Amino acid sequence: MKSFICIECPKGCHLTIDENFNVTGNSCIRGKNYAINEIKCPKRILTSTVKLTNASISRLPVITSAPIPKDKMFDVIKEIHKVSISAPVKLHDIIISNVCNLSIDIIATRTINKN
Amino acid sequence: MNEVKTIDLVVIGGGSAGLAAAISAKNEGIDDILIIEKEEFLGGILQQCIHNGFGLQTFNEQLSGPEYAQRYINEVERLKIKYITNAFVSSISKDKDVYYSSKSEGFVHIKAKAIIISTGCVERTPGQIMLEGKRISGILTAGQAQKYMNIEGYMVGKKAFILGSGDIGLIMARRMTLEGAKVLGVAELMPYSNGLARNIAQCLNDFNIPLFLSHTIKDVIGKDRVEKIIIAKVDEKGNYIENSEKEFEVDTLILSVGLIPYNVLLEGVDAKISSTKGAIVDENYMTSIPGIFECGNSLHVHDLVDYVSLEAKQAGVGASLYLKNMLNSDNDNCQVKCGNNISYIVPQHINVNNIKKDISFKYRVRKPMKNVKVEAYLDDKLIKSISKIAILPSEMEKMTFNKEALANGRELRFEVKEVKL
Repeated sequence: MKSFICIECPKGCHLTIDENFNVTGNSCIRGKNYAINEIKCPKRILTSTVKLTNASISRLPVITSAPIPKDKMFDVIKEIHKVSISAPVKLHDIIISNVCNLSIDIIATRTINKN
Repeated sequence: MNEVKTIDLVVIGGGSAGLAAAISAKNEGIDDILIIEKEEFLGGILQQCIHNGFGLQTFNEQLSGPEYAQRYINEVERLKIKYITNAFVSSISKDKDVYYSSKSEGFVHIKAKAIIISTGCVERTPGQIMLEGKRISGILTAGQAQKYMNIEGYMVGKKAFILGSGDIGLIMARRMTLEGAKVLGVAELMPYSNGLARNIAQCLNDFNIPLFLSHTIKDVIGKDRVEKIIIAKVDEKGNYIENSEKEFEVDTLILSVGLIPYNVLLEGVDAKISSTKGAIVDENYMTSIPGIFECGNSLHVHDLVDYVSLEAKQAGVGASLYLKNMLNSDNDNCQVKCGNNISYIVPQHINVNNIKKDISFKYRVRKPMKNVKVEAYLDDKLIKSISKIAILPSEMEKMTFNKEALANGRELRFEVKEVKL
């Protein structure tokens, strides 16, 4: 038996899961899936920023295109730190494809015009 | 000064509230709208909130702050709503004059027919919480730290401690950790956390950052820059408990100790202000000054941007009704009163004749409670009761009524009662 706080929405349900993957305490299907994933392979959405040139602001916000394994977060951050992008950038442009061979991309979360 | 411009609706502040309010008014048929934004970009604080988790209620998906903002900015562009950025409103008048200055236009005087104030909130400062110790470099509010890191690209410190468990503080604990800093802990004065449970889980527990409840800063030590902080445990009265001190060697202290609605403009026109430090408003979010509306975090601080957008939408509808001269201004007013354990309710008074179908009241409780009943009384008669397993001051609650349920009422009162199981 393990218990978690669900992070899928602001409600923050108190979830418990037993050895047979029976989930209680969830108010929706997202909570059930979250608890099962937390046991099998905990994953998180990762957000950060990359260096941005030719723009009036210095950082471009980015996000993983899907949740990544929790224990890979710092490896992915390392890759994000290596990148520098020149404006213009469009919302959801791919900044790094297949980061750390996870079959997940790092994408821009903001449109930024050239300065 | 150039000649006076006339505009039907001026929206002051182009953040989540201002954008949603302007879009809503436009959709209600108001064409002559101007949004005035002080920053270079529309979107307000969302642009520096690069983490995800926004929009679940509005769009049924989790977006980052800039993505959420972009959806509204796109809509503003599509509807061809006029806006000016890098423009700062210095004052307004009761007669709805708006004075702003900008680099491109200089000092401008607008005669508006209606105004929506959506100027957001400000962070509580070290001075306001009477922070102990020296005022040296390395003490920042969480929002300042967030702007430095996410927009301007500066790392604010290598070893940090956070005072206050508000959501922005928790978000910054994770953000700094991911970017290579060491966050040694978060201290919270209250015996419970002020942030969302999921942020405790994903921002602190994921990175083994300890949360010290009932603790505060006793001293900040350093010559020019923070070198060390001392925290201590406090009792219910807020007094330090002897020999409970802990030392942390850090170069940065981040404060996440509360947000206050920013209402300098309303104070200038003597609008009635409530205990939330926002305006006292009616069912359409109109302040005590006819034609001046307020919504978003300048009215009361919200936990979720989705609720800001919803509230702003109604304010936009209200402003359009005012401009079309469709608001009843008779004296049929129902006052909304805070009963036991309720700290505030918005709106504070209503005119049932101006409600289209139903109305939502937003409220917070004074203290965390378990197994409660939230009861609504209209002229001392119980009209609604909702049971809740748990209720927290950090979570804004809502109660919605049909127009008919409130007909002919003079006083609506909310109470929270603990139920013995």
